[in-house]
Order: sequence, then structure tokens, then C-alpha cells
Amino acid sequence: MSKRIVSLVIVLVLLLVMAAPTMAQDGPSGELEIFSWWAGDEGPALEALIAKYVELYPDVEVNNATVTGGSGVNARAVLKTRMLGGDPPDSFQVHAGQELIGTWVVADRMEDLTFLYEEEGWMDKFPQGLLDLLSYEGGIWSVPVNIHRSNVMWYVPAKLEEWGIEAPATWDDFLAVCPTIQDAGVTPLVVGENWTVNHLWESVALAELGVDGWNGLWAGEKAWTDEDVVAMWDKFGEILACTNIDVDAATLSWQQATDKVIAGEAAFNVMGDWAAGYMVTTLGLEPGVGFGWVPSPGTAGVFMMLSDSFGLPKDIKNYDAAVAWLKLLGSVEGQDIFNPLKGSIAARLDSDLSLYNAYLQSAAADWQSNEVVGSLAHGAVAPESFSSEFGTVMEIFLNSRSGIAAANAAQAIARQAGIAG
Amino acid sequence: MQVSANRAGNPGRKLLRFTRRINPDRVYAILMILPSVILLAIFVYGFIGQTLWWSLTDWAGLEKNAEKNYIKLDNYKTLFSDITGMRFRQELVNTFFFTLFFVGGCLILGFILAVVLDQNVKGEGLFRTVFLFPMALSFAVTGTIWRWLLNPGGGINALPKMLGADAWNYRWINNRSPYTFNWHEVPLTTTLLIIAVLLFFIFRQIWRRKYLATIYLGVPMALLFLWMWSDWVSWDDTQAMHGTFNWQDVPRYVVAVIVIGFVLYMVSLLWHGKRRAALILGIPTAVVLLWYAAGGTDNFPNVEFPEAYGFNIALVGVIIAAVWQMSGYTMAMYLAGIRGVPEELREAARVDGCSEWQVYMRIVLPMLRPITLSAAIVLGHISLKIFDLIFAMAGIDHWPVSVPGVQVYYTMFRSNKFAVGSAIAIVLLIMVASVVIPYLITSLRAEHEL
Repeated sequence: MSKRIVSLVIVLVLLLVMAAPTMAQDGPSGELEIFSWWAGDEGPALEALIAKYVELYPDVEVNNATVTGGSGVNARAVLKTRMLGGDPPDSFQVHAGQELIGTWVVADRMEDLTFLYEEEGWMDKFPQGLLDLLSYEGGIWSVPVNIHRSNVMWYVPAKLEEWGIEAPATWDDFLAVCPTIQDAGVTPLVVGENWTVNHLWESVALAELGVDGWNGLWAGEKAWTDEDVVAMWDKFGEILACTNIDVDAATLSWQQATDKVIAGEAAFNVMGDWAAGYMVTTLGLEPGVGFGWVPSPGTAGVFMMLSDSFGLPKDIKNYDAAVAWLKLLGSVEGQDIFNPLKGSIAARLDSDLSLYNAYLQSAAADWQSNEVVGSLAHGAVAPESFSSEFGTVMEIFLNSRSGIAAANAAQAIARQAGIAG
Repeated sequence: MQVSANRAGNPGRKLLRFTRRINPDRVYAILMILPSVILLAIFVYGFIGQTLWWSLTDWAGLEKNAEKNYIKLDNYKTLFSDITGMRFRQELVNTFFFTLFFVGGCLILGFILAVVLDQNVKGEGLFRTVFLFPMALSFAVTGTIWRWLLNPGGGINALPKMLGADAWNYRWINNRSPYTFNWHEVPLTTTLLIIAVLLFFIFRQIWRRKYLATIYLGVPMALLFLWMWSDWVSWDDTQAMHGTFNWQDVPRYVVAVIVIGFVLYMVSLLWHGKRRAALILGIPTAVVLLWYAAGGTDNFPNVEFPEAYGFNIALVGVIIAAVWQMSGYTMAMYLAGIRGVPEELREAARVDGCSEWQVYMRIVLPMLRPITLSAAIVLGHISLKIFDLIFAMAGIDHWPVSVPGVQVYYTMFRSNKFAVGSAIAIVLLIMVASVVIPYLITSLRAEHEL
């Protein structure tokens, strides 16, 4: 008797399971897993976007899978184990450029999204330079959500007045005021955990090598052992002497480094413009009053960019829901919900600038007028086989403080990664 | 029944004998063991084999069916001699010092705690639990707690503030310099003193006609003297810093240690009158020595530029955290051991006029030798393969305290170099095995003898 009931129940359940996909045909349904490193302070922007998505597609249950860690240091490792284990998330965050192409597209793990760009008429809505970063072998491989600027120097205007200094226009200017600031008992330039040091380095390298020199390193036209590159490393060493690198850098997150500037314990901080998002959204400061900014010394007129994008992995569980997600990401509406909260500018050229704060409006103006280069620390210009090993180069430099040692190591790693000049 | 037929191998009989040997007990036993044997074979040894194979290939990248080409020992060569393997070499040195101080610290602190608790203190049970508690935490938790405590801007450095004094500004794990000292500022007499003490013991052993012990003492003394002498002769002010060594010298050090070990063993064989064995051992020793004299180690794949390594001061913080966590374990082991020493023995010693100190040093400690050994093995293999503590305390990018376990993760999941990561994992396996396997062999042999 009871056996009959059990088998009846099983049959009913099976029928329901089979019927489920056919019942909801008018839109995507089921579960959608979105993988990113936007937790904590960067979380609200993503949550707003997900709220919009759920409003549009109420049948989809969104699983917001985040792995904390600035610049995605931990998330990328988790993502790789999942992909290798055959369990890809439905859509994941990835830096546009070599981090997307060199790691995932080359490995044949992504779907070509050209069809989506054509369907949605996005081809002329994004700047061509950005589309180039997303393209490889005739396909476009992800949807960019935002544009961040890497080479920005932050400070508090009132504090600078108090110390009687101005934001430096070149690194030599900075080195000149460094002792003055130190005498006031303030760290001239604050850095945090390792990747923020790499982040500072790319601003210094861009300033010292210029746009052509910087691009030459990645195009294989310039060797790391060239004289000006070695001299740049030595200049970087002088700049580091004005930081907290030997004090408490390794234990500070980028937010804590920013906090030190706001608290007046440090004068300057070079960080990407997500710092503006943090200062506006989390700390409640007003751009231009609570904090000020200039392009990092020696890089006025150059926009070192990075872009977060979302791709479509192969063999995912919920293709329809993922494509709907990407459609929302690429739309004007999606980008204008996300970016003002995130503290970045929209990747699209037709966004509504009135929604953005004073800093972002200035960044958007620079984005249109400046020369654009890609970031190393955030995956745009070099494959991961180089960019992750760059940490080794940095450690060799930090331990030896020798420009020639760092230059030799960088050249060796570039040769292994196949991008040596 | 003829014996010859039996020998010829009557199949029916053989089967009979076979079936007789398979009694139900045996079948059950085999069936019971089988699942774990199969699981071990696949999930332990199978995967070790797979890792070994990967370490000999050029696998890099996340392709679904990635191409893996056999490249012999190139990955190992990279680790030990290429500039990109610098971090790995630093980590080997870190592991050496971490193991040394972690195991030593735990043994000494654990023993002291056990002796203190053995004095019939009030509330012994409470203290025992308190000292054991850190062991209940995982290394990840310990690492996080100590990361906060050792933060240069707070934690322990802020303690003096409570007393109204200025906060310390010791850098703990953020310190980037290795331990160095200026030899010529350390009074030369320190070495001379050690040499003098050694000389005293040598003469005492000669007096006692213990010539073997003389040699055991004489060799380190001679080495110390030579070191001091060469240092004195080659001294120039620009290179006055000591406490680090050059990686280029490592092959020479290794060969020197092997030769000295062989020579000492030969001498001891001669001493026991085993001339033939000494001669047999002498031939390879002479060959190695000749090869060494001919500059054989110069042909080793080695680093291109001099690389200085030493004890990174940053490790002190990690060692404190690790000792804090694991010394409770050695305390428990030692306490059990001390309680196992028969009270009669101690009484007898006291009656013979031993002081309490002598009772511990001469009676209790020697009886605890097996415990010391097994605790050292357990702690040693933990420290060789440590990952979680470093990961939680310093992240994976902080070179001064990094260890090979951290770099396996880094190389594989940051740089996508799965083959190089496998090679590091195999080096780790060899290191741990060289500690655990001799121990297992001796303890298994001891069980057989019992």
C-alpha cells in the first residue's frame, strides 16, 4: 500500500519536473548565477542592477555570487577552479583586454557575443578602442559595463592648504615637496597591499615612459632593459621612499589607504577612480570639497583605462537568463543604474551625464578628449602569465631596490610570456 | 596419493588447496580492506602520479583539453636556477627557518608548560584546557587574529599606550629586511670563546680516552676556526654584513655536508674495526671529493647572479603565531609523558640526592625522547607544508613570509602555470616524505621487535 503511494509521488514529481520548463515559456526562468568581486563597498551598484533585472524578469532567481578581494585577486582563482571543474557560473566579471582574451577566449571557454551586439545595435554605441580590447579573431567576447580610470591622484584640498602645498604636476615636483610633508609628520603618499603598489607603479611608468614607451612595452617593441625603463624603476624607488611601504602598507586594503588620506594621516594616494565611488557613496563626501583629484603626476592628457565586463561562458546551465542579463548590462538604462553608484563612467557613449556626480562628469569629459592607454594592474594590456608574475618583479625590486635587477627580471618574465621586446 | 603427482601440479588439487585457503574470514577481511585500498590507490597515489606527470610537462592555460608536452625536468630547473624562480628559493629558505624555530619553540615552550603544570598547581585542569585551546582553532583563524595583533598601527604595538607610554612602531611581518649582523662589531672573542670551550671538551674526551668523540667535536671546531679565519682574512668594509648566504654556494654547501657526513661515518666504522666497510665507503667519498676538487659543482645549473638569502625578520611574527597555537599540543604530549614516568624512579633519584632540576634533566627528559621525536615529526610535517596560516596572516603576495605551499596556489591559479605549480607540489612532497618516511620505518621496525 505504502509502496504504491511512494511510486505515485515519484511519478508526480517527475511529471512536474518535466513540465516545469514548458510552463514558463514567455521569459527566462530558473536560477541565474552572477559571479563577481563586487562585495562590500562596491556591492550596492551591483545590487541595484540585479534589482532591475528581477523587476524585468521576475521568474528568474538571481544568485549573486561574490568573492571578496580588491581587483579580483581571490575571485579569479575561485573562478578558475570552477571552470576547470566544469561548473561555470552563468556570467562572470572579467577585466576587458588580455585578462579576458589571454585567459578565457584563447582557452575556448567563451561564447562569441557578436550576435548580441548586432541584435541590440551596440556596434556604434561603444567607443571603437574599447571594442578592440574585447575583440579577438573576429569575435566580441564580453559586454563592458563601465570605464574606470587608473591614473588619478587623490587628496583633501583643505589639508593641502593647511600644509601649504599644491597637488604635484610631475613626480619631480612630488619628490621636491616630499620632505616638507614628512616634516609635518604626514605620509606623503600612501600605498596599501601589494596590488596597490603595482597600481602606483603603472602611473609612474606611464609618466616616465610616455604613451609610446608604455604601449611599446606591451607591443613587444620596447625592451624592459632599455635605459629609460631602468631609470624609471630607480625613480619609482625614490617615490617609494616617500610612502609607507616599509611601515604598514602590506596590512592596508585600498579603502584603508584612502581612509588615511581623508583622516589627514597621508597627503596623497594614487588609486583608480573607484576610490571616488567609495568616498562619495560610503564616506558621504562631496567631490571637490571633501576630496580633490588630479591626473597622477606627469600623465595629464592621458587616460589609463580599465573596464569591467561580463562574458558568457560555454556550457552554462541557464543560457536564456544569462543573455537577458547581458542585454540589461549593455543597455543605457542598465549602465546608468550601475555606474553612478559604482563611481565609474558608462562604457556607452550615449549615457545621461546629469545622473553622475562632479568627479564622474570630469572623468567622462577626459574619456572623450584624452589619449587612452590600458592598465597593467587591472588586466588590460598583458596576459595573466605576465601580469601575475609582475608581482615577482615587484618583490625583487622591493627587496633589492635595484632598478637593473627589476628590469632584468621583468625582461625574463616577458620573454616567458612571449611579449618581450 | 603420490607425491610426484602433487608436484606435477594436479589442477584439481591446486584449486582445492586454493579454496581451502579462502576461508570466510579471509574473504571478509579482504572485502573490508578493499574499498579503502581502491580509494587510496586512486585518490592518493593516483593523483600523486598525475601531479608528477604534470610537473614534467609544459601545461599552462585553461583550455578544456590542454596540450601537455613532455619537457623533462625543465620546470625544476626553472625553480632552482631561473630568475623567475627567485621567489621559490626565498620560500625554501623561509621554510627552513620557520621549521627550525617553530618546532624548537613548540618543544621548549611545551616542555616548560608541562613541567610547570606537573608541580601540582591549583586548577591544573583549567590551565591545561586554557593552554590547549589555541589548538582547537584552525590556522586560518589564528592567522587572522595575529594579523590584527601584529598590525603595526595597533594590536600589540598599542599596548604601551594603556600605560600612558608611546606606542611601539615595530613592523612585525611588514619588515622586509633579513637578519644581518656586522661580524666585526660582534667581538671576535665570542668565537674564540666557543672554540676554547670546544677545546676544553676535546681535551677532556682525550683524557677519558674517547677518541671518537674527540673527532666529533674537533671537526666542527676546525670548521668554525676556518670560517673565522677566512672571514678575518677576506674582510673588507663593503661586505661587512653577515647573516645571509649566496644561493650560488648552495651546491658546494650540499656536497661539503655530504662529504663530511661520509668521512665521519668512515671514521666511526674504522673505530669499530670494520675496515672493509670503511674502504667500500671510502671509494665513493674519494670520487665525490675528487669531482668536487675538479670543480664539478660549477657545472650545476645555478643562478646567474649572486642572490643573498637569510632569515627574514618578518618571519618572527608568523613563528609567534604558530608557536602560540601548537605549543599546547606539545604540552599535552609532554604532560602525559611526565605522568608516565614512574614515581619510584623519581623518588629513588631524590633519595640519592638529586635536585628537582636534576630529576627533570637526568631522569624525566631522557625518558621523554620518543615523545620529543614524534612531536617533532608531527610539527615538522605541519610546518613544511604550511599554507593557511601564511595565507590568512599575509596573503599570497607578501614575499618575506611566503612558503612553497602558498606559491603552488599562486602559480596555478594566478599565473595559470599548472605544470610549474605541480613541480613545486612535488618538491613539497619530497620534503615532507623525507621527514615522515624514516620515522614510519623506524616506528614500524620497533613495533615488529616488540
